[in-house]
Amino acid sequence: MQILMQIFYISLCACCFMCLYRIGRGPSAPDRTVAIDILGIVVVGFCGLLGLATGQDFYLNVALAWALLSFIGTIALAKFLEGRSFDE
Amino acid sequence: MSDVIGYILIALGILFNIFGCVGLVRFPDVYNRLQASTKCVTLGTVLLLVGVAIANGTGAMAAKATICAVFVLVTSPTAAHAIAKGAYASGVPLWEGTIVDKYAERAKQQEP
Repeated sequence: MQILMQIFYISLCACCFMCLYRIGRGPSAPDRTVAIDILGIVVVGFCGLLGLATGQDFYLNVALAWALLSFIGTIALAKFLEGRSFDE
Repeated sequence: MSDVIGYILIALGILFNIFGCVGLVRFPDVYNRLQASTKCVTLGTVLLLVGVAIANGTGAMAAKATICAVFVLVTSPTAAHAIAKGAYASGVPLWEGTIVDKYAERAKQQEP
């Protein structure tokens, strides 16, 4: 069971690093916004998995708060992207 | 028994997460990346959280995981839609193999 958990952790870390690659490399700003959104969702799943592995339920509180803040941040970035071309 | 079902769901969810993130890295366009990654990662994370809730049994953690899964299921497509509109409005070019552009068609219809 411990080995299974470690496989899960490594897989989710690989997902996070792929998102970070797209954040660093992305050619335009919407690419980075998409990658930030996806990274937030992956981290929510990671928090749920950590809560199951350690038996502490405050990790799920962290996951809830992270999901809310990630959603609000993504909406704000999308509005920023949409409004910039109207000014130009 | 519920442990086994929960871990199978968690493994499926992580598989979908990996597929979505590979799509995020490999696809050529903002809209393609949005399409691949948002749907796969939403389904993967919801499966993962439901698996956590089932493996944990009946407790505070299961309730919180269920609430979190419903929240992700509702908010993630909304965010993806907002990003797509923002990306189109900020003038990101489409991939050269794109066939359909409904936004441009509608703008052309409304113009005359």
